[in-house]
Amino acid sequence: MACIGRLLSAFNHLLMHTLSFLRAALMLSVMTALLACQPESIQPSRTIEFKVPANFPPPVYDLSRNPVTPEGFELGRRLFYDGLLSRDGSISCGFCHQQSSAFTQHGHDISHGIDDKLTLRNALPIQNLAWEKEFFRDGGVFHLDLFAVEPIQNPNEMDENLPNVLEKLRRHAEYPRLFTAAFGSPDITTDRFLKALSQFQLMCISADSKYDKYVRNEGATLTDTEKAGLALFRQKCASCHSGELFTDHSYRNNGLPVGNPEDTGRHRITLNDADQYKFRVPSLRNVEITRPYMHDGRFRTLEDVLHFYATGVVDSPTLDTLLKNNSGGQPGISLTLVEQQQIIAFLKTLTDRDFLNRKELSEFR
Amino acid sequence: MNFKAYFSIIAVAVLSLLFITSCDKEEFNVNDKGNLVIEFDNIVGDKDLQLDTGTYVNAAGETFSVSLFQYYISNIKLKTEDGREYVVPQDQSYFMIQEHKAHTHSITIPNVPAGNYTEMSFIIGVDSLRNTMDPSQRTGVLDVANYTGEEKMYWSWNSGYIFVKIEGSSPQAPQGPDGQRKFRYHIGGFGGYSSPTINNIKTRELSFGSQVAKVRKDKTPEVHLKVDVLKLFNGSSNISIASNPTVHFAPFSVNIANNYVHMFKVDHIHN
Repeated sequence: MACIGRLLSAFNHLLMHTLSFLRAALMLSVMTALLACQPESIQPSRTIEFKVPANFPPPVYDLSRNPVTPEGFELGRRLFYDGLLSRDGSISCGFCHQQSSAFTQHGHDISHGIDDKLTLRNALPIQNLAWEKEFFRDGGVFHLDLFAVEPIQNPNEMDENLPNVLEKLRRHAEYPRLFTAAFGSPDITTDRFLKALSQFQLMCISADSKYDKYVRNEGATLTDTEKAGLALFRQKCASCHSGELFTDHSYRNNGLPVGNPEDTGRHRITLNDADQYKFRVPSLRNVEITRPYMHDGRFRTLEDVLHFYATGVVDSPTLDTLLKNNSGGQPGISLTLVEQQQIIAFLKTLTDRDFLNRKELSEFR
Repeated sequence: MNFKAYFSIIAVAVLSLLFITSCDKEEFNVNDKGNLVIEFDNIVGDKDLQLDTGTYVNAAGETFSVSLFQYYISNIKLKTEDGREYVVPQDQSYFMIQEHKAHTHSITIPNVPAGNYTEMSFIIGVDSLRNTMDPSQRTGVLDVANYTGEEKMYWSWNSGYIFVKIEGSSPQAPQGPDGQRKFRYHIGGFGGYSSPTINNIKTRELSFGSQVAKVRKDKTPEVHLKVDVLKLFNGSSNISIASNPTVHFAPFSVNIANNYVHMFKVDHIHN
């Protein structure tokens, strides 16, 4: 009897487990169905969180004034990829800042904006902007939240007025709801609009290149050529392209022959003659895929760039002092062809495939 | 005349003197608050400024008309005859005067402690600190999305406010691609964020002379300023439209700013 009782109890137990499993499975499928019914736009990614990579310095941007939230980020992503920000709806931020090219305009020397107009300069990548104190190649804007105002209003880029953009957003079927999700009420103000755009841009963090995994001891190894390139880079390039952001954020004249004489670079902002033809030292992260190079995109390949530093630097009153004394008696950086190739091999370890393909940063999900 | 008559005359005189004195030293509670209105009357020399239709002549002998004239006034401070200073709270101390919008010509300062005011000062433009703040600290007339087209007072490529903007035409101005002979002065420059550059922030201090603006709980004085456009052209450097038809963010703008600080003058005060 006891044996039958145990058998029955075991059967009962099994039945209960099966039932609860079925119940759980049913609930899961209902939940999945419910989630699938939600419009894609209001389902923010739960993984969104601003984290400082272990090998990075503290950010410049004050995140306490604009904490990144999944909803704020999602709103920013929608705005970043929305042509509504331009006069005729044709140009979004993403038009000149394409993720697959580290948010630059692939293949364009100077950027191509509204009505097929051309801008003054080559588009810089949107990456690691939380660590930038100034924006644009001349540093004319000093707060990330104010950065987007310029391309929106520039007649050669998006040629729209900010008040019009805000009005279009207020009349839009979805944006008031997205602003409510992000900021607690449907009010669409300059501040909220710009903060949302900043939240998306703040999350464009590139810190998972082969180089990063190598310096963080995360299992990546560099080849002998790459290591030789890194050693040469530290010796010959890192005085300007310094630190883990690969820039000292300064403005320098790197000896390019003057292209457009109207574009005097940093001088346009300071009006100081000592700043003539100085441009911001750019980060070199993802440099492999942000071609063409220099403020006017004059060089198509990294080989061209290294060759220029070795042989093409032109002396001028504002040429950077670090480039004045090349051992060969000529300005520039003394580099053999082999050394140039080694440096390029190293630079390619700064390519961050995860960043270029990260789903949450992309226009289409 | 008898003694009684003398007495009554003296009594009346003393009483009226007392009355007059008491009127003059009108009692008020320093804890009371009232309003003060400042009116900006834009003129050109001895003429009223008439947009588009008025024609004027500067010291360089050039005839000109004005199509747009607007400027920021900020950081207002008031001082009483006994030396008490009232600094208008910074967040409420930014104003934009636009000639083509009559309602902007007079500004009201609320919550002014009661007193007899005899001096004021303000910045023509926007202080450097506010020029460096994030958009949450730029509301009202400072909102970077507040003005469009020709009214725009913010440089988005070289972040900073335009302090004074004047546009117009002159037969002496060179002909532009559109066939028009325009001059355009957009004057700003707060000194630079990380590298020093031109600083056109100007503070104007104005004494009311023998006049007094009496702020009381229930009385709002009006300080009428005349703002003379001609002083923008004529001053320590006489500005020639022919030589400098367009002045934006450039070293020459300093000359115009050095002139325009003298545009403002107290004309009269209503109590």
